[in-house]
Amino acid sequence: MRVTSQAFRTRAAVALKNVELQRAMAKAKGGFVDKRRVAIEALPEFEQLRSVAREIKEHTLSHLDYYLERFESQVIASGGHVHWARTPAEACEIVVGICGGVGARSVTKGKSMVGEEIAINPALENAGLEVIETDLGEYIIQLAKEPPSHIIAPAVHKTRDQVTDLFQEHHSRYGYNQRVTEIPDIVNEARQVLRDAFLSADVGITGANFLVAETGSTIIVTNEGNGDLTNTLPAVHIVTASIEKVVPTLEDATAILRLLARSATGQEMSSYTTFSTGPRRSTDLDGPKEFHVVLVDNGRSQMLGNEFHEMLRCIRCGACLNHCPVYGAVGGHAYGWVYPGPMGSVLTPLMVGLEKANHLPNACTLNGRCEQVCPMSIPLPKMLRQLRVREFEQRLTPARMRWGLSIWTYLARRPHLYQPVMSILVRLLEILGRKRGRFRYLPFAHGWTKVRDMPAPQGQTFQRAWRQSGDGSRL
Amino acid sequence: MSEKWRNRRTWVVAKSYKHGDAGRPRVGLFVTCLVDLFRPSVGFAAVKLLRAAGCDVEIPRAQTCCGQPAYNSGDVKDTREIAKQVIDAFEEFDYVVAPSGSCAGMLKLHYPTLFVSDVVWQQRARALAVRCHELVSFITDVCGMDSVDASFDQSVTYHDSCSGLRELAIHAQPRRLLASVRDLRLSEMCDADVCCGFGGTFCIKYPEISARMVSDKMANTEASGANNVLGGDLGCLLNIAGALKRHGSKIKVYHVAEILADMADVRAIAEGEEPK
Repeated sequence: MRVTSQAFRTRAAVALKNVELQRAMAKAKGGFVDKRRVAIEALPEFEQLRSVAREIKEHTLSHLDYYLERFESQVIASGGHVHWARTPAEACEIVVGICGGVGARSVTKGKSMVGEEIAINPALENAGLEVIETDLGEYIIQLAKEPPSHIIAPAVHKTRDQVTDLFQEHHSRYGYNQRVTEIPDIVNEARQVLRDAFLSADVGITGANFLVAETGSTIIVTNEGNGDLTNTLPAVHIVTASIEKVVPTLEDATAILRLLARSATGQEMSSYTTFSTGPRRSTDLDGPKEFHVVLVDNGRSQMLGNEFHEMLRCIRCGACLNHCPVYGAVGGHAYGWVYPGPMGSVLTPLMVGLEKANHLPNACTLNGRCEQVCPMSIPLPKMLRQLRVREFEQRLTPARMRWGLSIWTYLARRPHLYQPVMSILVRLLEILGRKRGRFRYLPFAHGWTKVRDMPAPQGQTFQRAWRQSGDGSRL
Repeated sequence: MSEKWRNRRTWVVAKSYKHGDAGRPRVGLFVTCLVDLFRPSVGFAAVKLLRAAGCDVEIPRAQTCCGQPAYNSGDVKDTREIAKQVIDAFEEFDYVVAPSGSCAGMLKLHYPTLFVSDVVWQQRARALAVRCHELVSFITDVCGMDSVDASFDQSVTYHDSCSGLRELAIHAQPRRLLASVRDLRLSEMCDADVCCGFGGTFCIKYPEISARMVSDKMANTEASGANNVLGGDLGCLLNIAGALKRHGSKIKVYHVAEILADMADVRAIAEGEEPK
C-alpha cells in the first residue's frame, strides 16, 4: 500500500468537510466509547488484569527468540510449517509461493492487519489469484477499493447508504438486483455471496491475535464466523502473523483475551475465539490439509529494547483510535497508511520511515486519553513525543516552527530579557485589543486566528503587577 | 543567569521571608507564562487562595516558562536548560504550586525524565518533583481546604484539562470547592474530559482539526445550559474563549481560581469593554 502520510494535512482537511464521513464517524465514536466503559466497569479486576497482561507481554518480549522457536517447533510437531519473513516483500513471496505450490486459483481471507501491512492482496492478485475478503467490513472496502480506516472496524467510515450503493453495483452479477437498505438484509446478501466463495476457495488466509508457544496454536477472534470458514474449508490455511503476537501459554493468551474484546468492542468475549493447531488430523471431521504460519518481522526486531519497545505490547484492540479526538475528527484514511490513530502514529513512522510520515507524531494534542484506555498501558503520548525528538534531531521539523521555537526558548532562558520584552509586548496588545477584548487577526498568529479569536491580555505581566503590589503586601 | 539577576532574586526571597510566620509552608508560585502574559488576575487569585490555605507565597523572579513548547517539539536540549532554570529558582521552597495542570505535570512528571544521564540534576529534579503541585489539588489534597469564601450567582460548567486530569488526577477537587461557592450552580457538560483541541503548538499547526475539536467542546458547553465555562488551564481557556467569541457566544470563560478566590469581578477571558 502506498504511503500517503505526508499528505496528512490535506487529507484531514478533506475529511473534515466530508459530510458522509463525519456522519459515520459521529455514529461510531459514541458506541465504542460507551460500550467499552460499561464492559470495564463490570470488571472490577480490570487494573490487575492489565498489569498481568503487561507482565506477560514484557516477559515474552524479553525472551522473544526463545518463544518464537518454541512456537515453531510445536507447529512443526503438529504437522504444520513455519516461514520467517524479514520484510513485507519476503512475506508476500512466501504466501504466493505456497499458493502456487498447490495450484490455487482462489483465496478467501479473514481480516488481518498484518495482511494489510505486507500488502498481500495486490501480491496475490498480481500472481493471478482471485482474492475475496470475508470479514463484512473488509469485504465492503474491498468492493470500494479502499484501505481500512480502523483496525477492527475497517469500514467504519462508510454509511449504510454507501454500502447499499456498493452492493447494488457489485452484486447484480450474482443475480442480486434488489436494492437492500436494512442492515439484516445487507448482511444476508453479503453472506449469500460469500458462501460460494468459501466453498470454492483453494487457500484460506487469516491473521492471528495470538501465537501460543506451548502448543503451536494460532488464535483468532472474530464476530462473524467468517474466520472459521476461512481456516477450515479450504485445503490450505496460511496464517500471517507478526512476531510480537507470541505468548508462552494458553493461560497467558486467555488472560489477555479477557482484555481484548472488552477494550475493542465492549464485549466480554468476541462471538468466536478460534484455535488452529496444525492441519487436519486423521480423526478430525474437517480442517485444512496444509497449515502454514508466516512470521513477519518488518522492523519489529529493531524496536526490541529501544525507546519504542513498549509498542510491541499492542494487541490491536483499537481502543486508542476510538478515544482519540483527532482520529474521531478526521477518520483513518487521513493517516495515509495501514495503521491510523495513536498506535498508527507511532508505528507508521517506524515502519515506513519518519521522513515519509513526519506529520503523524505531531497531529496529536498529547491529551493522554489513548494511554488511559490502552489495555496494555502503552505510553503512546511519550512515544509520539519521542518521535518528535527524532524529527527535531533529523531537522524534519518545519523551518518556521524551529525559528519560532528558537526565539521563544532564547527569551525563556533569559528572564532578565524576557520580562521587559514581554511587558512591552503585552502592554501593546492590551492597548490594541482593549475595546473588543480579543483579536480577529494577529500577524504571526495566523494558525490561531484562522479559526478562533485571540483573547487580548489584561495589560500588565503578572511579574510587574506583583512588584507594584509590593510583592502582594498591598493585596 | 547574570550575577546581578541572581542577587535580585535572592533579595526578593529574603525580603518576603520577613512576612513568613513560623510553621506556615513557604510556597513558590510558578505563575506559568500564559498567566504571566495574558491573565495576571489568575496569579493574584492563586496567591489569595494559597494564603487562605495557610501558606506564605513567594514569586521567584527568575521564572518564565516551564519549557513545554520546546519539550513537546522534540527540543530536549533547550528543555533541559529551562528545567534547570526552574529547578534553580524553586528548589528552596517547601512547595512549588502552579495554576495549571499541564505546567505542574511538566515539573512533576517530565523534568525527572530529562536528566537520565546526569545524576546530580536528576536528583534535584526529583526532589523538586515531589514538592510540586497544581493549585486546586494542592489547596485541597495537601492543605486540606474543603470550602472557599466566595460567591458567584451564576451557572457554570467545568472543562477538565487533559494534563491535570490524566497526569495529576484532578477531577473531584475543583468540583468540591465549587460546590462551596455561594449561589453557584454547576451544570456538567457532556464529554467534559475530552480534549478541547488546544494541545500547545498543535492548535496552530493543525488549525482545522483543532477548530473541529473546539467546536465539539463549544457544543457541549452550550448544551450544558451554563452561562460560564471554567477550567484549570489557561491554554485550554484561551482556546475555548477565542472560539466561543468567534462564534458570537455569550458564554463567559474564567479560570477556576478566579471564581474560587471570589475575584470574578475582572472581565472574562476575551471579553471586551461593556458597550456604553
